Amino acid sequence: MTNEKVLLVDDEQDFLDALGERMRARGMKVSTAASAVDAIKMADREAYDAIVLDLQMPGMDGLEALKALKDKNPDLQIILLTGHATVEKGIQAMKLGAMDLLEKPADLETLTAKIRKAQAKKMILVEKHAEERIKEIMTKKGW
Amino acid sequence: MNNTWKVINEAGLHFFGKMNASISHEIKNVLAIINENAGLLEDLSGMADQDVPVDPARLKSIAGKIQQQVHRADVIVKNMNILAHSIDEQVKKVDPGELLVFMATLSKRLASMKGISFEPVMSENSPEIVTNPFLLETMLWRCLEFVMKAAGAEKTIEVSVQPNGQGIDINFTGLKVFGEKQSPSFPGEAEHALAGALGAKIAFNAEAEKIILSLPLKMQAAEPSG
Repeated sequence: MTNEKVLLVDDEQDFLDALGERMRARGMKVSTAASAVDAIKMADREAYDAIVLDLQMPGMDGLEALKALKDKNPDLQIILLTGHATVEKGIQAMKLGAMDLLEKPADLETLTAKIRKAQAKKMILVEKHAEERIKEIMTKKGW
Repeated sequence: MNNTWKVINEAGLHFFGKMNASISHEIKNVLAIINENAGLLEDLSGMADQDVPVDPARLKSIAGKIQQQVHRADVIVKNMNILAHSIDEQVKKVDPGELLVFMATLSKRLASMKGISFEPVMSENSPEIVTNPFLLETMLWRCLEFVMKAAGAEKTIEVSVQPNGQGIDINFTGLKVFGEKQSPSFPGEAEHALAGALGAKIAFNAEAEKIILSLPLKMQAAEPSG
């Protein structure tokens, strides 16, 4: 599967530039946001297969952003990136609906595998929702 | 060890731990940028192996970004080293202005997480003081940690130092919550214990929205008792 649509969110612009370029070279469609607020606006406008979100950012941090994003769209697949992946933060992130948590510096192959898993998970959810809608229409129309 | 020194030691350890956690987090961010740029160089060399032309200017730009991050990490580690060595001497001559700048630098990442900036204002005629550097750093951190919670919408805290006749005053200005009520949590037990050990006083000026930390020119060395 190729052309995964990914939103990278981190306040370190040099990190976004380098990781974004490497992911694009691997066939992904990558957008970047330097703040959680920008990321939320972008996720409102566009559908992404995965959002890769830094856990500690100025202003709104990653966990707050995760909650805000999931409140708006529970189907979003969010992978958190953190300087130090403590068990406590990991549990908190999973409870808030994060798909996974990776420690910085992350291995690109591992991140790519997780993004592909996110895309597959999203496809299943899209199909499930479509199936539910068809069932609902059929029930209403009495076919 | 009596209870006062137990409180002081716990406050010191908390400060040291907090700073080290913040520093290590920042180093991880630097390593992540270096890692991705090294990965980019690897990708480009892979392209060159397959006879895809690689622009030398591109390589130069990536190398420059790696060098920038190495410099950034060097500054972070130097500050970490200064902090670690501040425990070496119990009493030492200290330039309060320099110490304030150092503390503002150390706290910068934690403050920026809350969208706050510290503006240290140096006074040219501020004297050096003889004090316990680590205890003073701990006290300044506790003040900064509190003022971060009390900063108003402007999100700017001015930290200045000036002589007061018997010693110096360190002023934290821009505290908006004090206009309504003084926080019951500050100064707490740890701040009182630290102030006692440093021979310092903490005063509030609600109208001026500031905390004043007054320090003597020479601290009387106190040994933990009990």
